[in-house]
Amino acid sequence: MEIFTLAFMQRAIAVALFISVITPLIGNIIVLKRLSTIGDALSHAGLAGVTIGLCLSFSPVITAIVFSVLSAITIEYIRRSFPNYSEMATAVVLSFAVGIAAVFSGFVKNSAGFNSFLFGSIVAISNFELITVIVLSIAVMIIMILLYKELFYIAFDEEGAYLSGVPVRSVNLIFTILTAIVVSIAARTVGSLVISSLMIIPVACAMLISKSYLQNTVLSVMFAILFTLAGLILTAFYDLKPGGTIVLIGICVLIVILMVRKR
Amino acid sequence: MSILEVKDVSFSYPDKSILHRISFSISCGDFLCVVGTNGTGKSTLLKLILNRLTPTEGSIRLFGTPSSQFRDFRKIAYVSQKATAFNKDFPATVEEIVSLGLYADKGLFKRYNSNDKKKVYEALDRVGMAEYARKKIGNLSGGQQQRVFIAKALAASPDIIFLDEPTVGIDIKAVDSICCLLGELNAGGITIVMVTHDVSSVIYHSNKVLILSEDGSGELLSSQEFTGRSFTNLHHHHH
Repeated sequence: MEIFTLAFMQRAIAVALFISVITPLIGNIIVLKRLSTIGDALSHAGLAGVTIGLCLSFSPVITAIVFSVLSAITIEYIRRSFPNYSEMATAVVLSFAVGIAAVFSGFVKNSAGFNSFLFGSIVAISNFELITVIVLSIAVMIIMILLYKELFYIAFDEEGAYLSGVPVRSVNLIFTILTAIVVSIAARTVGSLVISSLMIIPVACAMLISKSYLQNTVLSVMFAILFTLAGLILTAFYDLKPGGTIVLIGICVLIVILMVRKR
Repeated sequence: MSILEVKDVSFSYPDKSILHRISFSISCGDFLCVVGTNGTGKSTLLKLILNRLTPTEGSIRLFGTPSSQFRDFRKIAYVSQKATAFNKDFPATVEEIVSLGLYADKGLFKRYNSNDKKKVYEALDRVGMAEYARKKIGNLSGGQQQRVFIAKALAASPDIIFLDEPTVGIDIKAVDSICCLLGELNAGGITIVMVTHDVSSVIYHSNKVLILSEDGSGELLSSQEFTGRSFTNLHHHHH
């Protein structure tokens, strides 16, 4: 247990806890709006931002947020040009981001730093990043609570929401930007390649159990916290990659719930 | 006073004309059925009225306001054709869905309070679904779901309810009881505009019928005229 008294581990746990609260909050809406691929596209955009940040020796978390938010806005824009093929927008942005990340990764001198963003890392969190994550997480939580009924309405019935006076376009835009922020800061602990799993798996587990929207939201956050804490503990003891460990624990729980529910 | 006034409205897609110079108006307390075969633009007309589409020509007024500027969403409610086509695994209770209907009353950021909960239960009572309030919406039958969506429409006490094919995909018994329910609501003072291909089940509750023809024109009849004419048509067919 000694390891938990270490400053870096405490920082990792703090960051991971905040991230595991906000990630499923976003994931819930993404799953219910059937946009599961958007998390993928934006996390790759975040990775492209990380690569650029590392090349320019600038804070990779900040460049990831900027790049990811720009991609989110681009997705919304392309989506309006192809209203009936909106999933194309995410594919275009994803390809672009992977291209950028691949090209710029050749110029990154510190390849360990780059790797830590791919699969997550618990040792590399600076004070600045800790504060960024906490401030942004609290902001995301507040906005998600304020827009609770708007997002619920849009997820259930976008046209109905419009006809009840919900400012659908603005709410969608705000939500996409929040998604971009969340995937960027979450890349730090769980890694860009697995962040979209942390958005989806806790929600998938919750959906198998819950009857109401509120219950689904609360349960998905609880699942995410559970996966993250268990993942970090295993990571600390067996020197594993935190992102992969967290996601694999989530998958195991999902399988167990599926099997129990079948009976 | 006329609640809805449609004047010389035409609508066409670049390659196809859908509606041609439709004019009619309805007053407070009317129950209008919009009928016509497939592709005659029934749903299009509803979308035009609700400002989801813009007419190529003509004007539409809701409560005296041009529909493009209409923002008083509390006065109107809409039960869409896709209402019961949502994903059956969507995690939401009947109560949560009906409370969405209060949105126009509450607006941005405001939370629901105990008074709102009372309104939700009153609306569920009116459609006879109060005992299902805590059930998951996806687990109900089609007819029950449609009742819930009508309750959602009722929650904010609108003056007019628009329904797009509310009886599609629902078994015959449930269709009858939904039509009776709409008749009761209309008798209670709510104006109703209902698009349907199955006019026979609702004609006894409605007082006006708008017939849309294949050529895009529309004709407004009273329900008596409509029944009389269908009878004559039927008679002609027999000979």
